[in-house]
Amino acid sequence: MQVETRDENGRRLMRMRGRWTVEEAVTLAPLLQQAARGAGGVFVFDATGVEQMDLTGAWLLHAREQDLLQSGSRIEWNGGRPALLEFIDRTFQGRHQEAPPAETMPGPQRVLHGLGFWTVRLKEGALDFVGFLGAVTAGFGHIFGSVKRLRLPSVVRHVYETGVTAVPIVALIAFLISVIVAYIGAQQLRKFGGEIFVVDLVTVAVLRELGVLLTAIIVAGRSGSAFAAEIGAMKLNDEVDALRAIGMDPVEVLVLPRILGLVIALPALTLVADAMGLAGGALLSWYLVDIPFSQFLERAQGAIGEMTFWVGMIKAPVFAVLIAMVGTLRGMQVRTSSRELGRLTTTAVVQSIFLVILADSVFAVVFLELDI
Amino acid sequence: MEPIISVRGLVNRFGAQIVHDGLDADIRPGEVFGIVGGSGSGKSVLLRTLLGLQKPTQGTVCIEGHEITARSARDLLPVKRRYGVLFQHGALFSSLSVAQNVELPIAEHHRIDAAMLRELALLRIRMVGLPVDTAAKLPAQLSGGMTKRVALARALALDPAILFLDEPTSGLDPISAAAFDRLVLELQKDLALTVVMITHDLDTIFRVCNRVGVIVDGKMISGTLDQIVRHDHPWIRDYFHGERSRAPHGLAEKDG
Repeated sequence: MQVETRDENGRRLMRMRGRWTVEEAVTLAPLLQQAARGAGGVFVFDATGVEQMDLTGAWLLHAREQDLLQSGSRIEWNGGRPALLEFIDRTFQGRHQEAPPAETMPGPQRVLHGLGFWTVRLKEGALDFVGFLGAVTAGFGHIFGSVKRLRLPSVVRHVYETGVTAVPIVALIAFLISVIVAYIGAQQLRKFGGEIFVVDLVTVAVLRELGVLLTAIIVAGRSGSAFAAEIGAMKLNDEVDALRAIGMDPVEVLVLPRILGLVIALPALTLVADAMGLAGGALLSWYLVDIPFSQFLERAQGAIGEMTFWVGMIKAPVFAVLIAMVGTLRGMQVRTSSRELGRLTTTAVVQSIFLVILADSVFAVVFLELDI
Repeated sequence: MEPIISVRGLVNRFGAQIVHDGLDADIRPGEVFGIVGGSGSGKSVLLRTLLGLQKPTQGTVCIEGHEITARSARDLLPVKRRYGVLFQHGALFSSLSVAQNVELPIAEHHRIDAAMLRELALLRIRMVGLPVDTAAKLPAQLSGGMTKRVALARALALDPAILFLDEPTSGLDPISAAAFDRLVLELQKDLALTVVMITHDLDTIFRVCNRVGVIVDGKMISGTLDQIVRHDHPWIRDYFHGERSRAPHGLAEKDG
């Protein structure tokens, strides 16, 4: 036992011994509570038998001592008060601050507080977005004003990183998805003997929707997150402020090259996805329903209209702008902590995929109305 | 007196670049040992070696009699609990509050309930002279001086025997730096710490260090402040008596 107690002439003797360290804290706290129980008036503390005392042990003893003093008891120290307790006294001196009470709020008030909090945040987010949109537009204005401001090496780097390095994964996924579409289509169409329409299904679906949509989603996951993380890490490291201090506009240096790079890369990737999708369709048509390649081409040309390819292609730059804007904006919003960086990177990916799909449905309605 | 940290024949080589070339050092318990050296002389590499963050090319490092260079990360744990580190820029975890930063090492190594944990963290926060309401703040909301103090509170979380300070006063104004030096001295006495600090700040060296080790030519020349100030190595003479030292320091004036 680290605390021995004995009653003597109405005084409670408490003799501490052994190790009073953080490792023993779990056992020491209840021991101290127990040892003082059932006595009042005068306590005699004796810490001469303590082998080792660290801050935690000293703090426990100090807390007990203060409790007893507060409840009107008197404490005598046999063999002197340990120096660490004196030290703790000094740290409390001159600052009688209690720990701030945990914020408690009644239920209804908390709901209102939360509502207000979210409203303000929403407003700030909207303002942020509008401000960012303005800065980007102004930035493009500057570029048109003087071509020198167009940072070509930077744009090329982003075309390479977001476009060229994404070719294998985009090609593979486009190929596999069109194989799946062709396979399911062939199964269903066989029921009423229209296997040949597999070709129509695959070509129209890939060219109008699947090629560009898949590419955009892959790019949002790859590059949208990279944009947010790169710029966010630069923000944390004060690099963005350093740019401003040098007299460079972060939007011009960091945001515009990424948007331009992606506007070039995404349509190019879409082209790759279209080609691979058609190849997958052709392969499956030949394999499942015995349509030779020449017949596939002939049929495909009949299936698509003049505009089918362009209907898909026109969406690519729009998606690129959405993905790049969301990624860079979220990166710019990182301010203080690494956790924020992770949260905003996640937000960037989720929002850009959502916006891409939303924009795609708007396109669908518009094209329907235009009868394209 | 048995040294608490002893370095023997330390060699650190990165490719063709030799940083340490047979460096010896002894640090005695209860002293404040200052490590001085020019930029690129390997102060930080030495610190990382002492912390066991980096395996030296050759040589041994003993902390409290435990040879640390040959140990695996897991075997190093008991030694690691015996020291606290204040990194140059604080290295506070940016997503945790001040109190959580201080609680983290205690919670990781000991089983302690949340209420006591918070009290122990608050004690450390008070100890380094910060108001208690700092506890709820995030590192991004702190000034440079406060960041250093919180980092010091976290370094002291596990009641270490040895405190490593990497440029503790860099980036502080002279008045804050002096206050921080005083704090380190007070804590060193009250908690019976051995302090090892890397510093460029001559004022700090003269205010708090008992002994100084200067890294020159990959080796360490160490001695009491008196001995080092009088040493005739050209770099050391330049350092302590050069133009920029402007001799405001009692010792340099008395002896010079």
